[in-house]
Amino acid sequence: MKIAEIACLLQAQILCGQDAMDMELETAFGSDMMSDVLAFSTERSLLLTGLLNPQVVRTAEMLDICCIVFLCGKTPGEFIVELAEEKGIALLLTKHGMFSACGILHANGLLEGANLE
Amino acid sequence: MNEILKLHYVVDGNNFSLAGQAASDVKKMLKTLGMAPDVIRRVSIAMYEGEMNMVIHADGGEIDVDVTPKAVVMRLADRGPGIADIDLVMQEGYSTAPDDIRALGFGAGMGLPNMKKYSNDLKIESQLGIGTTITMRVDINSRG
Repeated sequence: MKIAEIACLLQAQILCGQDAMDMELETAFGSDMMSDVLAFSTERSLLLTGLLNPQVVRTAEMLDICCIVFLCGKTPGEFIVELAEEKGIALLLTKHGMFSACGILHANGLLEGANLE
Repeated sequence: MNEILKLHYVVDGNNFSLAGQAASDVKKMLKTLGMAPDVIRRVSIAMYEGEMNMVIHADGGEIDVDVTPKAVVMRLADRGPGIADIDLVMQEGYSTAPDDIRALGFGAGMGLPNMKKYSNDLKIESQLGIGTTITMRVDINSRG
């Protein structure tokens, strides 16, 4: 699924990464614990989170995650957006919460992006 | 790439926002060297976890990274409180991180187990009241 379609399905605002909208993603991982994202997320997944701090972007960078969706309409600060721009990570902002955002994306074909052995 | 590349970083323990910069720089450097994506990913995650631990538990520290033709070796040294029971901290879910750190998305007790998972070898040397040194090796020609 293209990032542009994800933005459309979640009625999300694109905060940065406009040129990544044609990028295709197959999996997603939702969590507010970056420790869990580092432990379990597969690379190149979409990350959905309600957490707002620069370590969300750093965590995504380490895992080659190319798009983050911020939930519940919580807007990240300027430093977070600038850091994501610098790292080439697209940021989306949706009013949906974790449950409904994951539900919508799963129903439309995105798969679980976790290595759960 | 036949020569050894040596990198050194001082990690500021008082700035949570900047934590992870060293791991980010190493990742960029390994990409420039043309290293395999799997190796870069394992080094990045292991080092980032270690760097975050330094900021969360030990007020910062210093990291040395050696890149050789066979492996990437990371040595993370801090002057924090030390670890009383190393077996205990290696258990998934065990954490001494304060609530303010958990609110920032860390402290789930996955850091050290994750560092072990992504490296080929992990050694912890710690003395209470003196500090902790963690050495991790990621082999270039093996999958972790």
